[in-house]
Amino acid sequence: MKHVAGRVRPVALAGERLLPVLPALRPLLPEGGLRRGSVMAVGGSTSLALALVAAASAAGSWCAAVGVGRPPVGPRAAAELGVVLERFPLVAAAPGATRGGWAWAVAALLDAVDVVVAWLPPRLRPADARRLAARGRERGSVLVVVGAERWPEVVDVRLALVASSWEGVGDGHGRLLARRVDVVATGRGAAARQRRAALWLPAAGGGVAPAQAFPVKSTWARTAE
Amino acid sequence: MSPVRTLVVHCPEWPVVATGLSLARPVAVVASGRVVACSVPARDEGVEAGLRRRQAEARCPSLVVVEHDPARDVRAFEPVVAAVESFAPRVEVTRPGTCSLATRGPSRYFGGDEALAARVAEQVSTVTAGACRVGVADGPFAAEQAAHAGTIVPPGGSAAFLASLPVSVLEPAVDTLADGSALVDLWERLGIRTLGDLAVLPAAAVLGRFGPAGAVAHRLARGLDDRPLWARTPPPDLATAAELDPPVESVETAAFVAKTLADGLFARLAEQGLAATSVGIEAETEHGESLARLWRLPAGLDAAALAQRVRWQLEGWLLASGGDRPTAGLTLLRLAPDEVRPDHGRQLGFWGGEGAGAERAARALARLQGMLGHEAVVTGVVAGGRGPAEEARLVPWGDEPSVDGAGRPERRRLLHSTGGEIPPWPGHLPPPAPAIVHSEPRPAAVVDTAGTPVGVTGRAGATGAPARLSIDGGPWADVAAWAGPWPCDERWWDARNHRRRARWQVVTTTGAAHLLAVEGGRWSVEATYD
Repeated sequence: MKHVAGRVRPVALAGERLLPVLPALRPLLPEGGLRRGSVMAVGGSTSLALALVAAASAAGSWCAAVGVGRPPVGPRAAAELGVVLERFPLVAAAPGATRGGWAWAVAALLDAVDVVVAWLPPRLRPADARRLAARGRERGSVLVVVGAERWPEVVDVRLALVASSWEGVGDGHGRLLARRVDVVATGRGAAARQRRAALWLPAAGGGVAPAQAFPVKSTWARTAE
Repeated sequence: MSPVRTLVVHCPEWPVVATGLSLARPVAVVASGRVVACSVPARDEGVEAGLRRRQAEARCPSLVVVEHDPARDVRAFEPVVAAVESFAPRVEVTRPGTCSLATRGPSRYFGGDEALAARVAEQVSTVTAGACRVGVADGPFAAEQAAHAGTIVPPGGSAAFLASLPVSVLEPAVDTLADGSALVDLWERLGIRTLGDLAVLPAAAVLGRFGPAGAVAHRLARGLDDRPLWARTPPPDLATAAELDPPVESVETAAFVAKTLADGLFARLAEQGLAATSVGIEAETEHGESLARLWRLPAGLDAAALAQRVRWQLEGWLLASGGDRPTAGLTLLRLAPDEVRPDHGRQLGFWGGEGAGAERAARALARLQGMLGHEAVVTGVVAGGRGPAEEARLVPWGDEPSVDGAGRPERRRLLHSTGGEIPPWPGHLPPPAPAIVHSEPRPAAVVDTAGTPVGVTGRAGATGAPARLSIDGGPWADVAAWAGPWPCDERWWDARNHRRRARWQVVTTTGAAHLLAVEGGRWSVEATYD
């Protein structure tokens, strides 16, 4: 009987363990997607966190944002990056470590949705962080922590914005059009090797697009040839 | 078995009557920017249901516009139902403004349908300022149409009475099953203009061509009941009840309990393959008072819609004025299906689909909402507006996007998801949208190279070039680039809500970009491009 049970148990396919990410972000992640059960940290940019969950959300996954008080997400920006707002509730947790507090809310969401984007409270006990990471691992959901530097535990992948420059706005004229950023990914295990990507976040016209790693002025490039 | 002989009390334009305003004045009730009901003087000026608010105001400048509130309608309708209930128990509320009563017993007692209708009309007119029409016919649908006309249809005469009515009267009845207006439009284009035209078609052909909604409409048009004949009183174990200990006095708490009860009821019904056509909402208070009301559910309604009706009813009881309010908190809440029919169900996708995930998420979010409060779990809805706060509205989880009270953008439901469709809203912020929208704008200061605060001239020009920026009294950051000012003069016709401000985009040398607003000389950070 046990033998048969072992044979009919569904096999977890690699594709089911990974949630998709936008093509431009794939080079930053060792497996090219969000691995279920992992903890990711995003530093320095809200839109990077939103871009990270956009493809999973568009593919039908439920995502949620949670913080102490309402997470400061602009729904319109999230929608422009590709997040489906109907499946992206914003949860305002109560302050404190009691029932209804931040850790409780995150744990409840990890049980229920595929990706939880969490804005960290001012103080977080390492024990709570460990417990949440274990909860996510057990339930197969991804925890994306915003404000990476205050997460007291090791994370699987840490994405950080190291440089950013806005295009389109001048000295009293124009308007913000696009932002060119450099994102560095570090982590442990397969992600230990540092990866770097230059991106348009947001790209002109919305979404995320890869940018050239080293900006080459087109005129210069032509003369060099 | 012919349909049950029914008496329907219909109060026309109920949402207007419920506002409590004088009906001698032009009053219109609007929901999502469109008129849903208006008073007689307003109708004389050309206002009608379906008009945009602005069009209505243009036709009748003295129009008093009131936002629609379904709970208020229920609250105000409660005395009317009580008045009808004095003739016989088991009054069914179809919707606020319309309720029905089976006439077999009371008609015999009061000496015929005419006598009963006259007495009911008299009784109702003592408790409401608005008009009231009473109609009697076989079956609730025919009776409702009779009530609109204010006539009494003789037994067996429903089909003949309905035959001359236009097909558009079917629209609300089939709306929960299909797009009612599209179906009516299709019939009209096919030359089926009256219920009589529809009734002569063979039933099988109607079902084949127009689907379940068409079949229901066909039954109604023939003077039959929309619910099939095997509607029966359900076994008592289908009712779900919750004892409330400690007793509950707030609508919020009771409504939360009602939500779980409604979910439980629908789950039980689903197990048996049934759907409820009418549900009794019953409550008991600490002092032993018992409150009960029957609500009729159109086909295709889900648990959330039932929970919303329970919420309205609870508001009607708990927020009633004076002596009608229960004297103590509620100790028991019970939802009992009064009539059930077999549920033909919904065909789910073969490959599972997203049903399970959505259900799991919905359960957890409802739990979070119960713990943290109704407003603590929200979803964003892209809407029209100029500022970042108006461009996306936050709607509490589980609420209908169009009934959030603000009620402005009418196309919100269509714009719910991706940012692909941007509503044509003159003066809105150009994309990309800021990733952080501050719930409270943060105070800021902006100075030029000489250190004098930057302002906006009367002609919407900058008094100087912004050179440094400080947020929340923090350290000064140098400005690398800026654009603006973009003036925004909102609601200039409205002295109280008039706002005049100018928006700027400012990028500092650290790479941070902010959306700033200056209003009355004070700077604030509305949003951050992060």
